[in-house]
Amino acid sequence: MSVLATSDLTKRYGDELVVDHLNLSIAAGDLYGFLGPNGAGKSTTIRMALGLVFPDGGSVEVGGHSVFSSSEARSRALSRVGALVEEPAFWGYLSGRRNLEYFARAGGNKVDRRARLDDIDEVLRQVGLADAAAKRVKAYSQGMRQRLGIGRALLGHPDLLVLDEPTNGLDPQGMKEVRALLRRLADNGTTVFVSSHLLGEVEAMCDRVGVLVAGKLVAEGPPGHLVDEPDRVRVDVDDRRHALDVLRVVPGISLDELEARSGGGPGPIKVGLANGATPAGVNAALVSAGIGVSALVPEHARLEDVFLTLTEGE
Amino acid sequence: MLAVEMAKAAHRWWTWVMAAAFIAIPVLIVTALLLSTDRPEPGEGPPFLTLVQVNGVFASLVGITTIQPFFLPLAAGLLAGDAIAGESQAGTLRYLLARPVGRTRLVVAKYASVMILVGGAVVLVGLTGLAVGGAAYGLGPLPTLSGATLPVGVALARVVLAGMYVTAGMAGLVAIGLFISTLTDSGPGATVATVGIYIVMQILGALSALRIIHPYLLSHYSLAFTGLFRSPVALDEVMTGLVAYASYVAVFLGGAVAVFRRKDVTS
Repeated sequence: MSVLATSDLTKRYGDELVVDHLNLSIAAGDLYGFLGPNGAGKSTTIRMALGLVFPDGGSVEVGGHSVFSSSEARSRALSRVGALVEEPAFWGYLSGRRNLEYFARAGGNKVDRRARLDDIDEVLRQVGLADAAAKRVKAYSQGMRQRLGIGRALLGHPDLLVLDEPTNGLDPQGMKEVRALLRRLADNGTTVFVSSHLLGEVEAMCDRVGVLVAGKLVAEGPPGHLVDEPDRVRVDVDDRRHALDVLRVVPGISLDELEARSGGGPGPIKVGLANGATPAGVNAALVSAGIGVSALVPEHARLEDVFLTLTEGE
Repeated sequence: MLAVEMAKAAHRWWTWVMAAAFIAIPVLIVTALLLSTDRPEPGEGPPFLTLVQVNGVFASLVGITTIQPFFLPLAAGLLAGDAIAGESQAGTLRYLLARPVGRTRLVVAKYASVMILVGGAVVLVGLTGLAVGGAAYGLGPLPTLSGATLPVGVALARVVLAGMYVTAGMAGLVAIGLFISTLTDSGPGATVATVGIYIVMQILGALSALRIIHPYLLSHYSLAFTGLFRSPVALDEVMTGLVAYASYVAVFLGGAVAVFRRKDVTS
């Protein structure tokens, strides 16, 4: 069952179509990366998922409950959701602990409120703010606010975490800790929906990625297989010219034209594989022609390259 | 949610500054009268001022009538205007709604919390007036505006009723403030607009050429509570005032709920 699902979700601001018939389905335990250039509609989608912005069409379901059919359904849908929406915001005149306490008390049923209140100490420890909990939030650094924002989202062990740029303002150590925390939560069954501009971070952390461009989902899948492109291998050989001559006649193999015209001697060759061609076949062809192969490394396009290709022109 | 609102208010420094300012008003009035060598002339200063030196109970009434035309609407406008727009401006509104706090519940809790604080301001002024007025001039039977005398217990009950009426008088303004607060993401903007509307009502109410619209102005009924200090009690205008306030509350609080239930929260 999907923990978060949108169906033909659409939002306009005036004449501008911000989210265009978006269909998402996030399964329980997924760590899902939501990517897109600025203005692609990510934040609007997140706000609709949290019931903050009303769609012009389509629907959103969280935990099987519609976010927009009635206020009771919305309450049920959002009761097991923790969120960090764009920058974290707090009542600056209150301490970190009081902020968590008052947000915990503010909504939901008695059981959920109790669970969130009981969780405050653990969450403060988890995000490394146990020692700063008594300080007023207006004295916090941006990184501390970000940690507190993540802490607020974690209160009560939500089934779904919706996090918009969760590592903003964190130092490298903090970013690493948050990545590990989110991975751990997902491994323990929490569904995590995370929007981030840091593609390397998303690639390292997420099980699945969706790319939104101009309000439309243009690609979705595991970070290494976002687009349907041929597999590639890098082959390190002792005689490039000879190797290129051999590979040109092997079925299903493609070579970079510039590379194919380059000189001989030892070095790497990038080989595209299609129509049943395999790394083992490449190796066999080269070895049987007497060419020494010192390395054969499968290569996938990096998420950043794929993202830039998908969002070109935006 | 109401408990959270009240707890938040208790932690805001300006809640306590406002409380201190309200406490200071009857203290200043009684101190000024004690230091003054001249008795105030009838019609000089706020209603009942000339009677404070006769009976300390009147210090409470003078305090309430002093805050009623300006200080109390200012506080009510500040609190109501900031109630939702301030949360929106600070970014905390989206986290409250995502918690989830029901939108209607949030508006009603905000309204109730502002009214409790406004009522608290009136109580502070009333109690401080009784304390300092009683200490300076003693508490005794209360001469009414009609010439009869009320026993102390009855007099204090009438003062309580007057305080409740003045608080009720802010109910309509708070509803207007909350309505404006749902329309904008600027807390100061909503506050200025709310207080501005009340000031415009007072100006319109002072123009006799506009007599025809006076019954529809919130400020028109603000001194109706003086009828509580007549014998027999003149309740007609008090009741008309309460109906007017209730009408404002129904229209503007209803409007605030209707707007907020469908509002896109993009801040």
